Amino acid sequence: MALLEVKQLSIQFGGVKAVQNVSFSIDAGIVYAVIGPNGAGKTTLFNLITGVYTPTSGTILLDGEAIQGKAPNELARRGVARTFQNLQICMNMSAIENVMVGAHLRLDRNPLKAALRLPSITRRDAELRTESAELMRFVGLEQYIDARADSMPYGALKRLEIARALALKPRIIFLDEPAAGLNPKETIEVDALVRKVADSGVTVVLVEHDMKMVMNLSDRILVLDYGKKLAEGSGEEVRTNPDVIAAYLGTHA
Amino acid sequence: MKKSAYLGLYVVIAILLILPFVLPNSFYMDLAIRMAINAIIVLGLNLLIGFAGQISMGHAGFLGIGAYASAVLPTHFGWHPLLAMGAGVVVTGLLAAVLARPIFKLKGHYLAMATLGLGIIINIILRNEAALTGGPDGMPVPALGLLGFDLTNDKQWYWVVALLLSVSVWASLNLIDSPFGRALRALHGSEVASQVAGVDVVRYKVAIFVISAVFASLMGSVTAHYVGFVTPNFADFFHSIELVTMVVIGGMASVYGSLVGAVLLTALPQALSSLEGWETVAFGAILMACMIFMPRGLVPTLAAKFGKGN
Repeated sequence: MALLEVKQLSIQFGGVKAVQNVSFSIDAGIVYAVIGPNGAGKTTLFNLITGVYTPTSGTILLDGEAIQGKAPNELARRGVARTFQNLQICMNMSAIENVMVGAHLRLDRNPLKAALRLPSITRRDAELRTESAELMRFVGLEQYIDARADSMPYGALKRLEIARALALKPRIIFLDEPAAGLNPKETIEVDALVRKVADSGVTVVLVEHDMKMVMNLSDRILVLDYGKKLAEGSGEEVRTNPDVIAAYLGTHA
Repeated sequence: MKKSAYLGLYVVIAILLILPFVLPNSFYMDLAIRMAINAIIVLGLNLLIGFAGQISMGHAGFLGIGAYASAVLPTHFGWHPLLAMGAGVVVTGLLAAVLARPIFKLKGHYLAMATLGLGIIINIILRNEAALTGGPDGMPVPALGLLGFDLTNDKQWYWVVALLLSVSVWASLNLIDSPFGRALRALHGSEVASQVAGVDVVRYKVAIFVISAVFASLMGSVTAHYVGFVTPNFADFFHSIELVTMVVIGGMASVYGSLVGAVLLTALPQALSSLEGWETVAFGAILMACMIFMPRGLVPTLAAKFGKGN
């Protein structure tokens, strides 16, 4: 059975049908890419699946359980993690604390125990700090372990979001344009990082404009255009699909 | 948070230990007690405003509930003052929890308006229920007995309040540097990111609102017993604004900023009292200058200037 199954998913904002009757399924353990021209509805699709928006109609099944309309924190409980196209880093915190927030659900969050600084809380926090530092090394941020988030460059913050998402110990991770705004060298590094994440057993769903990266990484690709599903298949199938070529390059008159 | 954050706690305790031996007379002793009481309230409020990024423009209302619980219950119903204080805390906690759910669906200016309204309603009730509360004239508060003897003189009060303040600073520092505190700061930094990480944001906003309201209620009771008399002014709008100003001047999201803000704004009206009629103007001018030259508040600005982080 597929890990994630999306059926006839639609959302409408006023008169705008941002996503219309989109269906697809994602098997566990693969890298799945969502591509399409600007405004095709890729980020909206991510927001629907991760609970930021509630769909107008349609169903989303995670491991057979209907999850459409559930709040993001309830999805986090089920192992759904994500990053954002426009960075969502907590600039009022240090870099490693941002990663530690990702482990929120795995901790004792009782405020009374925290106020009394009980040893159980501080011990777990010390362990988590070590674990988070390890995650920062995993995404290539070893030189920022003691940094403040607001002192880090853009490329590093994009990786910090990935580290925070991984701290959740997710089953499926949604990466919204992980290479956007990065230079070619950084893009290659993120390419390798996404591969590492996938190899660690996490199912990866990716929105990305860098076609080389998409073709290089993805097992399957979904193409959206004007909120509708245009094509789905392997890299080769999508690349040779005439509808996809038309959407990206235009057609002869 | 670094270990050095706790160094400040030792400094605070040292100052509190030395202070009663260097203060020349009871006027300064009284001022020190009022500073400490305000500091505790502002600590609680800063958890809500500075750390969690929410606002309450009606916090004096909660202070009023605590103060009047300590005045009304022992006087009219013969309750033990400590029991009355506890009742104030429970009522405030429940009221805050019930009201916070709808209130924290709001954001920004709307949230400010809703909390402002809440404070004003509490104040109106205290003014109008004259049979119980004495109305606008207020009412006397019986003495607080602890361990068999009554707290009467300033020295005793000072040590009680100093102990409460030290514990509050320690507990605040602990709370901020914990899973609960990180969740609060994260929802301030990016609500959607914290939610995606699993933080139930409404629940955390409600929790910190209740905690800060309980801080205020408890210190309302303490103030009532210390002063020996309560009036509806305890709970009025201007007092709420004064508390928010202490948070902002001292420094948002700064534990020690809360203390500095409370100390300065409690002392300033006294220091300016010689200006005879112009003190309000001077007070306003000083606040404006602070905000123009130190928009992040005194402690964060100075800490950044001397390169010490938090």
